[in-house]
Amino acid sequence: MASRHTHSKRIEGLDKNVWVAFTSVAADPTIVNLGQGFPDIPPPSYVKEALVKATSVDKLNQYTRGFGHPSLVKALSQVYGKVYGRTIDPFKEILVTVGGYGSLFSTMQGLVEVGDEVIIVEPFFDCYVPMVRMAGATPVLIPLRLKTGTSADWYLDPEELSSKFNSKTKAIIINTPNNPIGKIFTRDELQMIADLCIKHDTLCFSDEVYEWLIYRGHQHIKIATLPGMWDRTITIGSAGKTFSVTGWKLGWSIGPEHLVKHLQTVMQNTLYTCPTPLQEAVAQGLMRNYELMGQPECYFSSLAEELEVKRDRMASILQEAGMSPVIPEGGYFMLVDVTSLNQDLSHMGEDEAYDYKFVKWMIKEKKLAAIPVTAFVGDESKKEFEKYIRLCFIKQDSTLDAAETRKKNKKS
Amino acid sequence: YLSNVHCGWFQMGRLTVQNMNVLSFTCVFTLSSSPYDLLIITFVLVDWLLCNNRVEFTQLAADYKAVNLGQGFPDFSPPKFVQDAFCEAVRGGPQMQQYTRAFGHPHLVKSLAKFFSRIVGHEIDPFEDILVSVGAYQALFCAFQALVDEGDEVIIVEPFFDCYQPMVKMAGGTPVYIPLRPVSRAEGNSVLSSGDWVLCAEELASKFTPRTKAIVINTPNNPLGKVYKTEELQMIADLCIKHDVLCISDEVYEWLTYDGAKHVKIASLPGMWERTITISSAGKSFSATGWKVGWAISSGHIIKHLKTIHQNSVYHCATAAQEAVAHGFDREYEVFGSPQSYFQQLPAMLQHKRKKLAMCLDSVGLKPIMPEGGYFMVADISSLKVDLKDESSKDESYDFRFVKWLTKEKGLATIPVSAFYSPEHSKDFDKFIRFCFVKEDATLDAAADILRKWSSTK
Repeated sequence: MASRHTHSKRIEGLDKNVWVAFTSVAADPTIVNLGQGFPDIPPPSYVKEALVKATSVDKLNQYTRGFGHPSLVKALSQVYGKVYGRTIDPFKEILVTVGGYGSLFSTMQGLVEVGDEVIIVEPFFDCYVPMVRMAGATPVLIPLRLKTGTSADWYLDPEELSSKFNSKTKAIIINTPNNPIGKIFTRDELQMIADLCIKHDTLCFSDEVYEWLIYRGHQHIKIATLPGMWDRTITIGSAGKTFSVTGWKLGWSIGPEHLVKHLQTVMQNTLYTCPTPLQEAVAQGLMRNYELMGQPECYFSSLAEELEVKRDRMASILQEAGMSPVIPEGGYFMLVDVTSLNQDLSHMGEDEAYDYKFVKWMIKEKKLAAIPVTAFVGDESKKEFEKYIRLCFIKQDSTLDAAETRKKNKKS
Repeated sequence: YLSNVHCGWFQMGRLTVQNMNVLSFTCVFTLSSSPYDLLIITFVLVDWLLCNNRVEFTQLAADYKAVNLGQGFPDFSPPKFVQDAFCEAVRGGPQMQQYTRAFGHPHLVKSLAKFFSRIVGHEIDPFEDILVSVGAYQALFCAFQALVDEGDEVIIVEPFFDCYQPMVKMAGGTPVYIPLRPVSRAEGNSVLSSGDWVLCAEELASKFTPRTKAIVINTPNNPLGKVYKTEELQMIADLCIKHDVLCISDEVYEWLTYDGAKHVKIASLPGMWERTITISSAGKSFSATGWKVGWAISSGHIIKHLKTIHQNSVYHCATAAQEAVAHGFDREYEVFGSPQSYFQQLPAMLQHKRKKLAMCLDSVGLKPIMPEGGYFMVADISSLKVDLKDESSKDESYDFRFVKWLTKEKGLATIPVSAFYSPEHSKDFDKFIRFCFVKEDATLDAAADILRKWSSTK
């Protein structure tokens, strides 16, 4: 092939990722898939029905407003207006995107420059690093460090964090609840980050797609509500995670107009508008639950209750199998320390981190899929994290039953 | 909302985009039911024109009952079989609501591969040669981002769908423009056709330099409606092969050809499969623009780069919509070429609407250029003498002023065609306006009434 057909420099080294490596493997139906993060439980039926209804309305099959379907941005403005305790302008302070992923992309492309540095907390949802690099900037990593067993015991060292900020720092990305650990950042921790952002005049990109999946005894705090932070924060949410419809690929960015307008420019020059009927259906789902906020029937809280049971069940399955789970405070993933299994994988000769080998071995030998956690950290932190694998527990009971069987087989 | 449309050349680090995006004008008129939405429509229209023309137009803002032939999408519904397929998909198994394969839902890529292999005359691998995207728009974005670098030149044929230019620039490339030019016609022969607008061979050849990475063509063309003939595509192909250049071929209107014009895929010409990225759209194919399902088809060694952009930008497209489009293509595969095919029925229906609109335009002295394909009809307004009554905006291009006047004075909304030209050439093409005729009869009748009343006052 002619050498002129080379790719652009911006994608150099960005072609591989953990999903490309593992999702096709786990597509085998004989494998119990606790790897990729999506539910196999059904979404609420009213949300599906709203979509069916939307497609029967002629105009809802055609283009809608580029930055977000009016009924959706208005619904978001109401729901989040209540959550934030401030008036949010639906047209200037919200952008609807193709999933939380699309919001991350619009944010990076809109606000991050060649030569900037962006601080990323490890372990991180794996797309942050390639997106920062694609924008021509440098990722600066800082690991959460462990004290003891629950996700609450992973913390950011204040001095270490402070040392990462300099004049080139454009933004810090935080994810709370965190994927994969499930940590929920406390008010104090967020205040520490906020203080640094204000001191260094840095932006904050807060990925809060799991914001409703908060387990008992914990509270989700939006960094954008801390003093001085609204004006420098983009907060990202997801319909897919909110309503258990990851295949709808709708998300949103909320922030001050002077930042959101740049994300809107990116949107205008990348895919222009998101699908209309899906946005209409999400709008209806949001408005219905807005009315129920604070009540037990509200899906925003009922889903978390449902998942807490599954979380606890998953944890006990793993403990019985001799492994050490990290109990998450939020989200739908659980980290598991597999050290105690003493699984010898030296026969798997490739130069790969232990967790990658372990997951491949587990898929092949135990028909159980997970995700290796070193996919979520930079090279320097691999040694600390290669004993962990990530399991997703937003699964039907029958899936968890099957997982239990595989685990029991593993133990023997 | 007023601050969301940007004025002037907007510098944002390396991202420099032109302020005006024609789509922000056309997509405004989606919702015409609630007064609140109409108000939004008005603000956006006002805002768009304000940003581009720095003109006072409170009167324009007051008139929001315009019959809308500006927006580039149907005001009728998609065919029932495809709407039903969507409903079935949504009501289908749990996997329909969750992530599907990132580069394209398996059912869809298999249906597309089967359908288009037959047309292109090349065996298309569903998993290697196709990328499904959020509308053709995102496929274009992936193509430019994946293949265009700082310093690359990209040839764009004018008039062009306005996103090509900012996308090339966002990728760090330099747009190089070449206009289609109308061949002169014998006096008295007033039937103009989009087929009369051609590329001058020498001029085109002169645009290729050692820095040329790609050429973008759009056939059928928006706004003109030109359907490139095989000889014209061959001329472009020869240059692509000679200079080892890629071809990005935007074929979203591929099913909409009239009066026997044939849509030809440049990728099917010898030597072109391995250097052409063909982009198309379920939205235009099935009159469901709001579903935002599109795709790029090319040789795997090129598609893999678009996949990298895709996986680092949106990653997945909505599952249920892809499933529905797959069903649509399965059905069309079975009835291809027969009267039951939607790809036959849609152009047949539009052929009639196109003729009707052309007659109405003619009656008031708006000279239509009959489009061989697509959604749009361009009319020459140069021979129409109207007093635009807008002293304050004399330095703005004529077609912009005319469109404003037409919306205000006659209640008919259209799009000025110089918006589809580069700054270098827009002055040469400021006597044309664009109409969309993909509208239900009631809309076209309303437009006809307006034009009838207008002509009776002459």
